[in-house]
Amino acid sequence: MAARMRRWIVEQSFASGVGHIGSALSVADIIAVLWGAVMREPGTSRPGRDRFVLAKGHAVLAQYAAMRALGLLDAAAFSSFCRDGSPLNVHPEHVVPGVDASTGSLGQGLSIGCGLAHGLRLKGSPSRVFVLMSDAECNEGQVWEAAQFAAHHKLSGLVGAVDVNGTQALGKTRDVLDPGPLAAKWKAFGWDTGEVDGHDISALLRAFRAKPGKRPRMVLARTVMGKGVGFMEGKVEWHYRNLTPELAAKALKELGGGGK
Amino acid sequence: MRGALVSTLMEMAGEDDRIMFLTGDLGWSVVEKFARKFPKRFINAGVAEANMVGVATGLAMDGFVPFVYSIATFASMRAYEQIRNGPILHRLPVRICGVGGGFSYAHAGPTHHALEDLAIARVQPGLTVIVPADPAQTRSAVLATRDMPGPVYLRVGKGGNPGVPGLNGRFALGRPEVVTEGKEILFLAAGGAAHIALEGARLLEREGRAPAVAVLAHLAAEESPELIALLSKFRAIVTVEEAFTAGGLGSLAASAVARRGLACRLATLGVRESFGAAFGSEAWLRKHHGLDAESLAKAARRLLESSR
Repeated sequence: MAARMRRWIVEQSFASGVGHIGSALSVADIIAVLWGAVMREPGTSRPGRDRFVLAKGHAVLAQYAAMRALGLLDAAAFSSFCRDGSPLNVHPEHVVPGVDASTGSLGQGLSIGCGLAHGLRLKGSPSRVFVLMSDAECNEGQVWEAAQFAAHHKLSGLVGAVDVNGTQALGKTRDVLDPGPLAAKWKAFGWDTGEVDGHDISALLRAFRAKPGKRPRMVLARTVMGKGVGFMEGKVEWHYRNLTPELAAKALKELGGGGK
Repeated sequence: MRGALVSTLMEMAGEDDRIMFLTGDLGWSVVEKFARKFPKRFINAGVAEANMVGVATGLAMDGFVPFVYSIATFASMRAYEQIRNGPILHRLPVRICGVGGGFSYAHAGPTHHALEDLAIARVQPGLTVIVPADPAQTRSAVLATRDMPGPVYLRVGKGGNPGVPGLNGRFALGRPEVVTEGKEILFLAAGGAAHIALEGARLLEREGRAPAVAVLAHLAAEESPELIALLSKFRAIVTVEEAFTAGGLGSLAASAVARRGLACRLATLGVRESFGAAFGSEAWLRKHHGLDAESLAKAARRLLESSR
């Protein structure tokens, strides 16, 4: 699933002439595992579904690719990405069926996840809430307000994930505003915290399938920006840069396989 | 008014399981009774307003109707972007309750004077802005929000808000409520400034004039037909509000007069200076900023003279 998603991400990013491709590739495995194997009835309107908040909204092309792989979004809708009049934008829009929350302004998704998890628990629902954030997003103070809230209220139905690709818009996170030892911080804030290789499917599966404890859970997924396309991997410029026809062909060749 | 807010909420929460109450660790001696009666539907979110509004957004997505309580400055500004990207963008029934607008928290100083909350709330067409004038109108306004599908910003006084004679708790969206009938001059007030308007009217009555006094609690982005109908009846209109002059009641009236080409003169009383070194009680601050009966009467006399 992740391989197909990567191909679609590159194809669509090139077709739409829209960047954020490095971020979408960075979270492709995390989203494939969550949507493809972990979450209950993801992207449906059923009340019993697990909720998903893409706090790092700029990587939404990966979510749309997952929705396409699961038949929640057809190829035509997927290819309307960033077309005039289409609800499929650079960031998730709640008007798209299957999107639980509009995001785009970093730092706000985890709080919404806290509210969702709190409300679901009040209603006696077993549904879980997954929130995928970026490491640079942890620069935002609101993230730590939400971290306190979730721990204080023992929101065990809330599972966070940080895409730790070490890269942000203008540089490496350690050079811009170093988020520091994220695992130690989340632990100190009272979360069950695990660290995994964010491109190791079985490690991600284990981390997300871990039985809920009494506290919220945070999965720190070490990833590589632009994963799967050699010339993008770890390069800051692929946060915003667009593909040329030559580079798109090169990337797709590297990703191989049919785009089914 | 905040007492009326909380008791009305308790009344509503008793028959509506969707009602929740969130506070940013404020409301000592006012919010505890809700917490005691509905412990599961009360959250003290701590001193973290941005997160509190995000939590309210998530709760509303789950089908709840969260009332978010803080001092008006923090409720409206600390989490403004969260209100915008949360309940406004998602069209969710979150109620932001800004307590103690204007100079209510007088001695707490400028950090606690909410003078721009109405303006920044009013520019959002997706947010219903309500400023009740007294406790009875607070109750009616809160009850009126019951089935509103979108978010509401409610600015309520913090306490010691006497009833406005003649208002009798009337409230409807878009509708100004006339509390004193009159002719030629209209004093139009929002919130607790209704009392200043009533005093100003008494001053003019001694001069043999008969100004009308009305209260507008719903400050919409655009003028309502009911507001236009009222404004069209007068030659001189003076608005008064405890807020900066840009963006609030005065701006709404000015836009109505200009856009509808009404044949009247208008003065808008509000706070014109930025934060200075003038500190005092609410009454002192009002007078210092020209929000008193005499200033109102003076503005009306000037308008009548210049419209001759």
